[in-house]
Amino acid sequence: MQVRRTPKTYDVCIIGSGAAGGTAAKVLTEGGLSVALLEAGPPLVPERDYKEHVWPYDLPHRGAGVGGRATRGLDDEFLAPNGAWEIEGEPYISAPGSRFRWFRSRIVGGRTNHWGRIALRMAPVDFKVRSHDGMGDDWPISYEDVAPYYDKVESYIGVFGTKENIPSAPDGIFQPPPKPRCTETIIKKACDKLSILCVPSRLAILTQPHNGRPACHYCAQCGRGCITASNFSSSQVMIPPAEKTGRLTLVTGAMARELVVNKAGKVEAVSYIDKASREERRIHARAFIVAASSCESARLLLNSKSTLFPDGLANSSGVVGRNLMDSVGSNAGGFFPALEKVAAHNHDGVGGMHMYLPWWKFDRKNEFLRGYHTEFGGGRGMPGVGDFHHLSDEFEGYGSALKQECKKKYGTYIGFSGRGEMIPNENCYCEIDPSAVDQWGIPVLRFHWKWGDNEIKMAKDMQETYREIVEAGGGTFISRARPDRPNPYGIADGGVIIHEVGTVRMGAHPATSALNQYCQAHDVKNLFVTDGACFVTNADKNPTLTIMALTWRASDYLLDQAKKGNL
Amino acid sequence: MTISRRDILKSLTLTAVTGSVLQVIPLQAAEYAHRMVSAEKAAAEDQAYAPKFFSAHAYKTLQVLCQTIIPSDADAKGAIEAGAPEFIDLITSENVDYQVALGGGLMWLDNTCIDGYGKPYLDCTAAQQKEILDLIAYRRNAKLDPSLGQGIDFFALLRKFTADGYFTSEIGIEYLGYIGNTFVKDFPGCPPVPGL
Repeated sequence: MQVRRTPKTYDVCIIGSGAAGGTAAKVLTEGGLSVALLEAGPPLVPERDYKEHVWPYDLPHRGAGVGGRATRGLDDEFLAPNGAWEIEGEPYISAPGSRFRWFRSRIVGGRTNHWGRIALRMAPVDFKVRSHDGMGDDWPISYEDVAPYYDKVESYIGVFGTKENIPSAPDGIFQPPPKPRCTETIIKKACDKLSILCVPSRLAILTQPHNGRPACHYCAQCGRGCITASNFSSSQVMIPPAEKTGRLTLVTGAMARELVVNKAGKVEAVSYIDKASREERRIHARAFIVAASSCESARLLLNSKSTLFPDGLANSSGVVGRNLMDSVGSNAGGFFPALEKVAAHNHDGVGGMHMYLPWWKFDRKNEFLRGYHTEFGGGRGMPGVGDFHHLSDEFEGYGSALKQECKKKYGTYIGFSGRGEMIPNENCYCEIDPSAVDQWGIPVLRFHWKWGDNEIKMAKDMQETYREIVEAGGGTFISRARPDRPNPYGIADGGVIIHEVGTVRMGAHPATSALNQYCQAHDVKNLFVTDGACFVTNADKNPTLTIMALTWRASDYLLDQAKKGNL
Repeated sequence: MTISRRDILKSLTLTAVTGSVLQVIPLQAAEYAHRMVSAEKAAAEDQAYAPKFFSAHAYKTLQVLCQTIIPSDADAKGAIEAGAPEFIDLITSENVDYQVALGGGLMWLDNTCIDGYGKPYLDCTAAQQKEILDLIAYRRNAKLDPSLGQGIDFFALLRKFTADGYFTSEIGIEYLGYIGNTFVKDFPGCPPVPGL
């Protein structure tokens, strides 16, 4: 087969166009560098691709998808395009005894098209966990190193919230939050009774116009993608300014296969499959930023074996693929009779919670280490397939009585989702499967997963807390979680929370880490990995904001190196 | 002269390309386009529906059962008017598991009616229909008569699908009183509620 070579050498080639790749593209092109940005999926045209404001009855399957297999959430027909738990022709494997799920987005902007827009800063203690409780490892950087970059990211993308002075949840640069919905009012009251913190949430959604983007119009559909770009996505907020510089070359449908090193041990090119022609092509650059998502980035490094790097690129420590973490997740909820009295009104709000529960037990000794925050939602949202399944099984019967019961209970359910810190363990990692390849001929990942005791205890605490809150709010607690099931206390399978990080971690020591504090590979100076893979720990903060802050920091460092002629 | 949908979409694209690099389109134009798409779809809808999976007899039975589960009453129209049978037929035509559960379930119902009343469900009297539905509409009845198990499972699934089809329809959404999916300048928050 013919291997085409693009003669041009870019300053930087970025692999992946999501939170990390988009941020790097903006900062580097605005800093004067020429950038090639590779994306495995197609381009995105919001006004064509997004299903904003579509009703269920506008679609023949009412949102449930072909065969009715999709229910509410991350697999319905309304979701922004090309994000999925399974991609045809691109399998991944859970090792025997492990259950891991991997949500991937093949589209310009990656998973920032699909995420919950929750933008939380890590706290000072989150960077120094080993010093604090003896488990895991400290980051090679502190909160003070990252804080200026949290400022830059928040100032640029727009995040709403309030200053609260909570040690576990540092304040940021915030736009005003939206007013609470009825569901949030009732939970706030219940939490006050129990002395549990409940404060305005921090989401990357505009409540005021910002940088030419209009404020949110409160349709609650952020997950479908926002045609007005009032919420944050890399595709609509990071990549357009990079394109405006004239220094960005966006290459879509490009599935990176291998990083090619020269005799001096530096990366000189990325080999990728052009999906449209199924041909192998190369892009040459002076430096490379791998930002393909934590596990995809580890996969690319592990698949980049050479005489110089027999165990994969940047992997002399053997940590690539290791230290895989997700968030501890457990759900419960309840029906609140008080909400039956609420008259019909527009309850939509932003596409996410207006209030949340930050970790509040940081000032005492608990049965487990670290902490969790809680997201919650419910109420009189747009009805969807699956909404009345629980009621249908509970109430049974048929006829006008059933119909009336549905109307009575509509909007009275509130669900809670815990998001807790997992301590990395040796049983959780990904590696190259010894036999399977995807349709592009690229060896695929095999995942190993086992929760530790600390995570199970945390899930138990979530269930107990949600019961207390529901009961304090006068509701009926509902949970499928049981201690003796394969998922004790409802703890979600690995990967399900879509916060996987840690597979190419940074650290002070090349023997136990792959990257330095600027996300630069210890072994290969012109290689950076700036997505969630670089994380040392996985605090109870959704990782996206930190991914962008660390990428911005790494990009500033790279620009500085370029100025010094070190590229 | 009325502006056509093509004009609107074309103007949106032009705004997106030549206007802001952030590809922002005017809210009013977006809302207008969405409404126009919905109106076109409604106008194009065919009156008579040809089932994709169910036989004519099975589909007729399905329709009657759906309407019994969520009937037309003084408050709002029922499952048939809301298009629930069409929705169920569509997803069943694409899902082998549902084909067995619903297709087989409808046959179980007819077989059971023939055994008990000497005729299929549709030909039974209203009292007979009520008698068999009152048996399969409640899980507790399987404890009294284990032979009802299959019918109870079938009816539980059909009840869920009927609720899905009904409450995702324009009729069902209006009945529930959902207000939203629109453009709001300032979100007003929770209205005053007694006891909240």
